[in-house]
Amino acid sequence: MVRIFGWFAAISLLAGLVMAFGVAPREVTQGNVQRIMYVHVPLILASYVAFVLLAIASLVYLVRRDPRADRVAHASGEVGVIFVGLGIATGSIWGKPTWGTWWTWDARLTSVAILFVMYLGYLLLRGTIEDPERAARYSAVLGIVAALDIPLVHFSVYWWRTLHQPPSLMKPGGFTGSTSILWPLLVNLLAFVLLYAYFVARRVRLLRAEAEATA
Amino acid sequence: MSYARRALAVAWKDLAVERRSKETLNALVFFSLLLLFVFQFTLGGDRERLAAVLPGVLWLGFVLSALLALGRTFLVEREHDCWEGLLLAPGDKSAIYLGKLAGNLALMLLVETLVLGLFVVFFDIDLGRALPGLLVVVLLGTLGLAAVGTLFAAMTANVRARELLFPVLLLPVQVPVLLATVKATESLLLGEPLGAVAHWVKLLAAADTIYVVVSLLTFDVVLEG
Repeated sequence: MVRIFGWFAAISLLAGLVMAFGVAPREVTQGNVQRIMYVHVPLILASYVAFVLLAIASLVYLVRRDPRADRVAHASGEVGVIFVGLGIATGSIWGKPTWGTWWTWDARLTSVAILFVMYLGYLLLRGTIEDPERAARYSAVLGIVAALDIPLVHFSVYWWRTLHQPPSLMKPGGFTGSTSILWPLLVNLLAFVLLYAYFVARRVRLLRAEAEATA
Repeated sequence: MSYARRALAVAWKDLAVERRSKETLNALVFFSLLLLFVFQFTLGGDRERLAAVLPGVLWLGFVLSALLALGRTFLVEREHDCWEGLLLAPGDKSAIYLGKLAGNLALMLLVETLVLGLFVVFFDIDLGRALPGLLVVVLLGTLGLAAVGTLFAAMTANVRARELLFPVLLLPVQVPVLLATVKATESLLLGEPLGAVAHWVKLLAAADTIYVVVSLLTFDVVLEG
């Protein structure tokens, strides 16, 4: 089952790569460097998926006290932090040639950076508590607080002047760009969500083995 | 005892302990005074530059003293098995949270009033017409800080590296509150009316509501075991 996820992720990643380089057109003003979007955007969106699932798993844990829910939250946190980190890195690489700077305190960059440190703190909390049951409880509380904080962070940083190009996928009125851009992006999005699912499934299995070994 | 009475009992107990020992309060006031010196030394005497960064510096002072004060919320309970005593109290445990929150809020507002007074004296800011609006912003901002701070203090009370973990968890979550308070304070000190920063005030109110409600609902989970 887990292996099938892995194969699907690998195949769709390959397809996404081919589409990003083969199907997607060369951007007129930015040139080939714009193709990094096909990695950058899916990474960030997949990390949001991870954090939302983390919050849901946390809630499920608090209600049911099922260690499996805690393992999903734990794995989602780790994969989400890695994805956000990579998303910020690819964004930096994209920003340098197009904006002329690696980093700027623009609204959306800032809110993603805050998410990154917030969930780093989440992993830090997990790491410092030895008792697994207590770690699960505290992390679940933090996971819920952090998820509810996301819209607040978003609104508070939104009231700054923004340099980032406005969202092209999810905006009022729907997507207006060419389908030759949309399809490679969607395939890559699917690929990264599958990759997330695969990583989480592997990590959950590992966490279960760890729990069994120490029990 | 009713829910409100139990919450009040916890708050009153904390304030009575603080009034008698003045342990936290004395250190906090001294700390704030030192912060003022540090700000003055690092920012230099340039009036104009100081005026431009004053709202940020003011809230930096509030946040740093809040980190010290809030982190200690549950430390007083560690001696003489007070922790167990609190937990054995019958009824909904979230009353303990409300009481602790009220105690923290009172302590922080007292320190912040003193810091604001020191700022007026040392940095010669003219509060004037800004004062009523500023009170609203400070009250809402402090409530946000204290609400999450009290919850996180309970979580980190029995954890290794508590002093490190507490600010590391609290600060990222408090970014919306910090942005809102600093921006609103900036506008208010420039002489704008409270209506001009209504969006920030609404954000603060929303944040406070979310923080307090979530903390009340999850505090039980934090306390068990």
